Amino acid sequence: MARRPVRNWPVLVLLLAVSLAATVVPLPDWLEPLRPNFVALTVLWLCLLSIRTTGLLMAWGSGLAIDALHGMLLGQNALALVVIAYIALKMRLRIRAFPILHQSAVIFGLLLLNEFILFWIDGIAGFPVTTWARWLPVLTGAACWPLMTGLYSRLAIRA
Amino acid sequence: MSPIQDQDHRPLLLEGPSLGLRLAILAAAAVALMVADHQQQYIGVVRGWLSAAVYPVHWIVDAPGSAWRAASETLTTRRGLTEENDRLKAENREIRLRLLRFDSLEQENQRLREARAGSARVAERSLVAEILRVDLDPYRQRVLVNKGSREDVFVGQAALDATGVFGQVMRVGPVSAEIIMISDPDHAIPVQINRTGVRTIAVGQGQAGNLMLPYLPRNADIVEGDLVVSSGLGGVFPPGYPVAKVGEVRRDPSEPLLSVSAAPLAQLDRDPEVLLVWFDNRVMEPDDEASAGQSLQVDPHAATLEGVPVPDTAAAEPAPELPADPTTPAAGN
Repeated sequence: MARRPVRNWPVLVLLLAVSLAATVVPLPDWLEPLRPNFVALTVLWLCLLSIRTTGLLMAWGSGLAIDALHGMLLGQNALALVVIAYIALKMRLRIRAFPILHQSAVIFGLLLLNEFILFWIDGIAGFPVTTWARWLPVLTGAACWPLMTGLYSRLAIRA
Repeated sequence: MSPIQDQDHRPLLLEGPSLGLRLAILAAAAVALMVADHQQQYIGVVRGWLSAAVYPVHWIVDAPGSAWRAASETLTTRRGLTEENDRLKAENREIRLRLLRFDSLEQENQRLREARAGSARVAERSLVAEILRVDLDPYRQRVLVNKGSREDVFVGQAALDATGVFGQVMRVGPVSAEIIMISDPDHAIPVQINRTGVRTIAVGQGQAGNLMLPYLPRNADIVEGDLVVSSGLGGVFPPGYPVAKVGEVRRDPSEPLLSVSAAPLAQLDRDPEVLLVWFDNRVMEPDDEASAGQSLQVDPHAATLEGVPVPDTAAAEPAPELPADPTTPAAGN
């Protein structure tokens, strides 16, 4: 019988709650379009680097929480996050071995896919946001990745 | 290989379906949710519960801001208070003076409406709701307030502030509600130019300081500085409340319609709180109108749909909203 993985639920929930809160904290106007998608970053980190992953259901739930929190179409972020979490889980062994900048590039790709799915659904649902500024969080998110991994590993989160 | 990698070859949950299958199930669930949410009628309850579930997050994010406000209120100086008091007294005097006239006007209005068997549609009850300092979607003009269905807030309720129309309630949770501002690109409000009575629609542009009035013909009588008020058509907003002030009016000879921009009068991006109002939003039915017209055939201007008297220009233009019922010959024309 394989060991049942230890899941540190309180830490996990706290981590997700903090990153959720970080997506609605009021920022100055000029900074707001740059705000990275913290929840997506956290979910990716949990999928890629935490010792034992939690997986898709967590990604789906966090996505739903974003939708409820921001008053977006319910299920929009859930779908996008599930898809990128799936890819991250599939590639987890390879990505882990990458150097940090290389990882950032992969994260960039995943966040881009996430944003593209959101963009797509926005278009289908009839409220497209077509300004180029909506893609900025992808860049800032990828730029934040080294910082975040550093921080999370430093906190020694064994989620 | 290292032990970590060995571990990773196990399925993620030790029991249960494979990763791909779970992706398919969850994605399908998300799509189903989106479809249901887009149709809107099915999952209002789910929405309500979810918004209640995430309300603590909103509350915590807002907490430092409201704590700061409370603290600065407690710690204002005596001098500051005196100054504010003086200012408020002066303002109060002025408002009382205006109110004196308003009372008599309101009574007169009431009498006239009774004579016309119309309903007075002024705000009857209001509730102050605080805007939570949280950022929702940066590309839409929406805010979250701290009152919900427990205080009888309902979807489609009008929200005003001290200076004008603010927006309307879009979603309601038990303890919170989302308000779409009049400047949201998805929002349009039926309005009337106060000076001339011309009715049109003001559409949001996604910026707090800008509305457009895109449906005015090139020969419409509108100039910079005109006051735009709510017309009350549609029954969401009470009629006669100030909405915006007309800014630039561009007359392009090659275009059939004017390009008119207007600046909202409500402090859309600075309000700490809004006023949710209840009013009798019974839109006057054509039948009401007909009976009113027949019982009072002396008044040629009386029969506009929203019951706001308008001058000749507007009454004379072909108004599609007028009842096309052959039994109402006297309805305004």
